[in-house]
Amino acid sequence: MSIDTSTAARVAKLARIKVEEDALPALAAEFNTILGFIEQLNEVDVDGVEPMTSVTPQRLTRRADVVTDGDVQGKVLANAPDAREGFFAVPKVVE
Amino acid sequence: MLDLSYDLPKPRVIAGAKHDWELVIGMEVHAQVASNAKLFSGASTQFGAEPNSNVAFIDAAMPGMLPVINEYCIEQAVRTGLGLNAEIHLKSAFDRKNYFYPDQPAGYQISQLYHPIVGEGEVLVELGDGTARPVRVERIHMEQDAGKSIHDMDPDMSFVDLNRAGVCLMEIVSRPDIRSAEEAAAYILKLRQIMRYLGTCDGDMQNGNLRADVNVSVCRPGDYERYRESGDFGHLGTRCEIKNMNSTRFIQQAIEVEARRQIAILEAGGEVDQETRGFDPVKGETRTQRSKEEAHDYRYFPDPDLLPLEIEQDWVDQIKSSLPELPDAKKARFINDFGLTDYDASVLTADLDSAGYFEAVAAGRDGKMAANWVINELFGRLKKDDKDIDASPVTPAQLGGIIDLIASDAISGKIAKDVFEIAYTTGRDPAEIVETEGLKQVTDTGAIEAAVDEIIAANPDQVAKAQENPKLAGWFVGQVMKATGGKANPKAVNELVAQKLKG
Repeated sequence: MSIDTSTAARVAKLARIKVEEDALPALAAEFNTILGFIEQLNEVDVDGVEPMTSVTPQRLTRRADVVTDGDVQGKVLANAPDAREGFFAVPKVVE
Repeated sequence: MLDLSYDLPKPRVIAGAKHDWELVIGMEVHAQVASNAKLFSGASTQFGAEPNSNVAFIDAAMPGMLPVINEYCIEQAVRTGLGLNAEIHLKSAFDRKNYFYPDQPAGYQISQLYHPIVGEGEVLVELGDGTARPVRVERIHMEQDAGKSIHDMDPDMSFVDLNRAGVCLMEIVSRPDIRSAEEAAAYILKLRQIMRYLGTCDGDMQNGNLRADVNVSVCRPGDYERYRESGDFGHLGTRCEIKNMNSTRFIQQAIEVEARRQIAILEAGGEVDQETRGFDPVKGETRTQRSKEEAHDYRYFPDPDLLPLEIEQDWVDQIKSSLPELPDAKKARFINDFGLTDYDASVLTADLDSAGYFEAVAAGRDGKMAANWVINELFGRLKKDDKDIDASPVTPAQLGGIIDLIASDAISGKIAKDVFEIAYTTGRDPAEIVETEGLKQVTDTGAIEAAVDEIIAANPDQVAKAQENPKLAGWFVGQVMKATGGKANPKAVNELVAQKLKG
């Protein structure tokens, strides 16, 4: 798989990262280097090998269904560029 | 258990300008798990709280926070799967679905695309006319709900409340087995009923705790059967997804409107674009929500913050053994054991409270009579007061008492209704009401005979007419009942009047 500048532009848009037009070729090249490296892994035959999800034998940690958090409206909103009447306020979004 | 067999309902056929079309519908139902805390945080799920007060830092996607799964939510998903006779996957995993929206602060939703916790199941959707459609469920997965955006508080700004963000949803995905708008409504109501029996979702559609995305397409007669035989979706038309519907009425309207829109396009020689649409109930139309160019590319990948979810068969078995009797089984038992009609059994098993109430009344009594009293008198009266069965002023023991009084000929069915009304409004005991108010039925033929004689003697003209036309005997029965305050045994009165008129 090879990444061209239009794919790079698309990935940037999906990730909401602003990339200037003239920076796209370098970015695409960088992607291709990374993908080339990953490509090497495809040479290994992994048929019948279960994907490893953790290096230590751990079980997914679980929590009881008890309310232990929340009620920190002020702190939650503290970093918001704009907050009104307990809400985050953002530029109007209507589909 | 009684084996209930149904005929399949006919698919909805819409006559186009050129030829007939059939509907094909698949649904993704989002059911909020009835838990105290969220799926991955300890914040409350309580509805109606101050905005952004039921929010932990992870729900607001603050950096450095990690998700920790709520065990109760896992259990409810398994429970729901078992309730739909579905396969439970002992190993499932969480993925990130990436997209940006202000009410989705992390920029991704944690969901289960590749390895859902529940696999294939089936729901029997009865349509009340003796037909029923088995609808295959493809999967159920757990995922986070998003927050809520409010667009009408300010002309230039949208307001975001994250109280709902991170609440656990079960997404129940059906196969395209639904063939009419009525079936779609009946399907979501059946899921609601089962989940309410299971206690896994409260089914409150108005508050959005149960909502659906509806996939609609149309095809030519015969195409659907070809799809079912081959499994090839190519036989079906291109579908459109109508998003986020929380009313069965709107679901039905939207399906009809959308089908007609697609038929008009196809008959004009055009093609239906696969897209997401919204239903506007005011204008009665569906509208594009996302065009193809901005179609979402979710770039799913396994969530690196969460290990795969492994559960044990023992635990699943334990949950299975704790399941209540489910609606289909309960209904079959009511028909079998109490001799109820299909309709009455459906009404009485609609929810657990009604079923429990009926069973308490019917215990040791005539089942049909108990069903009549619960459905016609009690439900009718409660509806008039807009009360639920759990708020009934008449207990099952009281209603049973009234039925006992009728069965023992102590009161007539007509008086029983008066006794019921008194018990309903005052909470008094039926036997005591009958005793105190002197409502006991007069079965003493001597007393009834005296009343009949008296009325016949006082109305010679009517007697003459009745002798010519026996249908007029009813007038005498009415007069006797009036004279005895309705307490005379109607059967005895009828017999005596007929006998005396013959002379």
